[in-house]
Amino acid sequence: MRVKYFAWVRERIGKAEETIEPPAEVRTVDELIAWLAGRGETYAYAFEKPKVIRAAIDHTHVRPDAVIAGAREIAFFPPMTGG
Amino acid sequence: MSLNATIRIQQADFDVAQEIAALSRGRSDVGAVVSFTGICRGTEGAEPIAALTLEHYPGMAEAEIKRHADEAMARWPLQGLTVIHRHGRITPGQNIVLVVTASEHREAAFKAAEFLMDYLKTNAPFWKREESARGTSWIEAKSQDDAAAARWTKS
Repeated sequence: MRVKYFAWVRERIGKAEETIEPPAEVRTVDELIAWLAGRGETYAYAFEKPKVIRAAIDHTHVRPDAVIAGAREIAFFPPMTGG
Repeated sequence: MSLNATIRIQQADFDVAQEIAALSRGRSDVGAVVSFTGICRGTEGAEPIAALTLEHYPGMAEAEIKRHADEAMARWPLQGLTVIHRHGRITPGQNIVLVVTASEHREAAFKAAEFLMDYLKTNAPFWKREESARGTSWIEAKSQDDAAAARWTKS
């Protein structure tokens, strides 16, 4: 699946998007965050406060317990500050 | 009833007067047009700032605003609405966002415009980074914006 990062999540990881293949036991958004956080220092820094991170699946906001199966694109970002 | 929702995400500035006029031009069923323009301030808190840079999530930004535009049109009797949100570098005094709502009577136009702005603040995927003498930093989300959006939730 494709993953996108925005704002300081993007800056901390050092990339805007990538394709990942998490293992089958990673079922939900919060499990994916925990898995990503274990990929290295930059990921650990980006996801150090997982409760702050917001996620969207295929352009729709989702909760941390949302199931990721079937997702084409998952995005992670800080709380929004537009308007 | 013809509904006319315009949503644009763009780097370029917009003409507020032109957008307001466009919602009532050539029709006689619009009795009220309400507009809100968000403008880049020269300060954030007590600190002077040089500019804001707005990052957005292309594709989702349009989709998310469309969802709230659809909800606004379902909740209030609107004749039209326009939402324009800019991205990129914006300096103090420049426009950031525009919401215009048109209806037969003022109440629907006022409420729908406020609803859209409250949701844009908390749900539209945009992030502001400020530039000041101290460098650049991401602006933090405000809890009062969450509270403002939450009051529209049906209980």
